[in-house]
Amino acid sequence: MDRAAIIGVGMTKIEKNKVRDTFADMVWEAVNKALSDAGMTIDDIDNVVTTSSDFWDGRTISCMAVGDASGAAHKNVSCVEGDGTYGAFYGMTRSLSGSYKTTLVTGHSKGSQSVSSLITNSAFDPIYERALGMDMVTACAMQARSYMHRTKATPQQLAMVSVKNHGNALRNPLTQLPMKITVKDVLESEMIADPLRKLNCSPISDGCAAVIIAHESVAAKFKQKPVWIKGVSFCADSFFLGDRDLSRARSLTEAAKKAYAMAGIKDPKKEIDVAEIYDAFTYQELMWLEEMGLADDAMAGKLLEKGEFNIDGRLPVNASGGLLSGHPVIAAGLYSMAAVVRQIRGDAGGFQVKKAKTGLVHGVNGLGGQSHCVFILDKDK
Amino acid sequence: MSDQFKGIEPMVYNSKINVPYSWWAGDTASKFYITLRDEKKIMGTKCTACNKVFLPPRKVCPSCFTENTQWVNISDEGTVITFTVARRQFAAIPNDRKVPVIWGMIKLDGADTAMLHYLDEIKPENVTIGMRVKAVFSEGRKGTIRDISHFKPVK
Repeated sequence: MDRAAIIGVGMTKIEKNKVRDTFADMVWEAVNKALSDAGMTIDDIDNVVTTSSDFWDGRTISCMAVGDASGAAHKNVSCVEGDGTYGAFYGMTRSLSGSYKTTLVTGHSKGSQSVSSLITNSAFDPIYERALGMDMVTACAMQARSYMHRTKATPQQLAMVSVKNHGNALRNPLTQLPMKITVKDVLESEMIADPLRKLNCSPISDGCAAVIIAHESVAAKFKQKPVWIKGVSFCADSFFLGDRDLSRARSLTEAAKKAYAMAGIKDPKKEIDVAEIYDAFTYQELMWLEEMGLADDAMAGKLLEKGEFNIDGRLPVNASGGLLSGHPVIAAGLYSMAAVVRQIRGDAGGFQVKKAKTGLVHGVNGLGGQSHCVFILDKDK
Repeated sequence: MSDQFKGIEPMVYNSKINVPYSWWAGDTASKFYITLRDEKKIMGTKCTACNKVFLPPRKVCPSCFTENTQWVNISDEGTVITFTVARRQFAAIPNDRKVPVIWGMIKLDGADTAMLHYLDEIKPENVTIGMRVKAVFSEGRKGTIRDISHFKPVK
């Protein structure tokens, strides 16, 4: 099969409230940073994929409103509604299609402009469930309890994820919430929805990220070192929460298996050097690690205690600070992807890890991780 | 920020999206709600390929991709699979529900999937995974999910 590589990344700083930027303004900034990172001009871009959500943006056909700022004039532009990693997947397929060589992928959102509880309540089935008033936080709180019940993961272990990721964010100037906090701080923060306290939850954020994906025939043509996409897969689980074993993420296990197989990875625990994982809530980092086979079942909390997922640990997880330190929905997966790309290129700055030949990027869409996307990126083709 | 915008206070344009919307419930949910409203009975659909019983009922089995043609009665008693307690009055919470609001994922006897609903007549600290609960039906039933008022512990 032909190969594709990521040859440029650009991100705005993640902020609580970008009062000076419209959606398009954020996109303009991220796109120009990605072009500059790649050493390209907009004329070198063959087609554009934008990633956004109409509900979060408060308008229909939200993608079309950022076409101008993405340099999509007179180009084929298409939209993905979901996490940025899904946009990147589509962008990759376009670069491999034979129709295009280079694809610009953007993802944006502004949590600050709406009411997240009402937006995520709208993800529930309108006929059977929505009227009960649950939202993403309460759905994930149910999942957290279910996961903790099955694995015996402790509130202390969940708190340690928050301490680690907010601490990592101190090394990454793009994050919204760099913080030196303690386990005690997390355990004493406001109870939002049992068992999730405020510091177990990611903040509401604004931001935009862009990546440029090229076919192998042009990947080395520009300034930047290509980072190769070795494996990728995404899988979805049942829509209704009650159909699933919420303490598990079957679709993630499937997606990871397929991505590893495609990348020729036999033992992910040994072969993955660095990972950016969808940590919208603390328990998710532990749960996803297990479901992806990066930690043994019900053991992620113990490994975390040993420091294995620290920035200088066996497998640094969310060295960038993760989503706990800034969570622009939709754009999130592209931020994670950009962080791993920079690790592999060796230019992650303050949050650079020692060994980063092979990296894993993980994105999520849907309530309680209904669907998951896993990318394996590598320094070598 | 470039100099030309120095001293410019960022403005906010306030708006509200409010679009009336009517969801046609479809045959399957209509049958479920009519039975719930008129007979205080909970019904699910069964997949004849995998024999799983789905609640809330739907027309297509999500695993087998076959049409669920059988209807089965489901008990109004079941087991709490997981739950949460909202401590903040989130915007999505209906006006008649005040925190602490407890939601449970409840697997009713006779169903293979769990449904979401309120747990009440119990203190939040006394709710446990595995506890047995029973449906309390609402008085003025209108054919909505809230025709079940909540689930309460089985004494």
